[in-house]
Amino acid sequence: MDIIFYITAFVTLVSTLMVITRHNPVHALLYLVISLLSLSVIFFLLGAPFAAMLEIIIYAGAIMVLFIFVIMLLNLGKETAIQEKEWLKPKVWIGPTVLSAILFAELFYLISSPSATYLVQQTVDAKTVAISLFRPYLIGVELAAMLLMAGVVGAAHIGQHKKTTLHRFLKEEEVL
Amino acid sequence: MKTEISMEMILLLAALLFVMGIAGVIIRKNIIFMLLSIEVMLNASGLAFVAAGSHWGQPDGQVMFVFILAMAAAEVSVGLALILQIYHQHKSLDIDNLKEMKG
Repeated sequence: MDIIFYITAFVTLVSTLMVITRHNPVHALLYLVISLLSLSVIFFLLGAPFAAMLEIIIYAGAIMVLFIFVIMLLNLGKETAIQEKEWLKPKVWIGPTVLSAILFAELFYLISSPSATYLVQQTVDAKTVAISLFRPYLIGVELAAMLLMAGVVGAAHIGQHKKTTLHRFLKEEEVL
Repeated sequence: MKTEISMEMILLLAALLFVMGIAGVIIRKNIIFMLLSIEVMLNASGLAFVAAGSHWGQPDGQVMFVFILAMAAAEVSVGLALILQIYHQHKSLDIDNLKEMKG
């Protein structure tokens, strides 16, 4: 069982290294999704299935979609089609595919082998996490709700596209 | 089957991820890549919390991970709105073009 952890850690480190070295934002996002998936495998090995599910659903599902939408919004232009054609080369997606295939092979081995256990003996399941979350940490949940509300309001306020520019000369330059 | 990964290896992995995130914040000039590196750093700290929580069999580590997730979601939404606004005003995502902000 140790070797599973070491392979997953290797996949995480390689994909994270790829995240910070790619030139194209979409390639970096692909590698970041692989990094998040392998981190969720590590959470599962550590006996934290609830954290593993949250990692996949929220990080790899929701936050990465936000990043992808912003990158799509920023790349609007006539060279987008040419870029898109360049992005779909096989040498672009073969790296994330191989790394995710390693992850899938690990998951298949973990599910299929009957003697597979967690690395740490005790498993902290979702029920105990929820009991601890809504009894001693209830004020933290309230504060997190206020933080999310502030995030939503702040994003809606900052992200709105004002037509007025800072200076009237700048507006004339933008018209030209 | 008493095979336990030693605590040191997991903390070493979290430290390596955190260092990679710091390096990404430092070496990149694109704001989107800096935000991605901040996500990597938050993941590393979350991994350390979950590892510590599962080492002692307590749910507090995963509770802190949930809080880190909520904080990351709020931070990403505000950060991406700021990126959109910067791109609309400067037509560039290079942080060297933002020197006029005198931050």
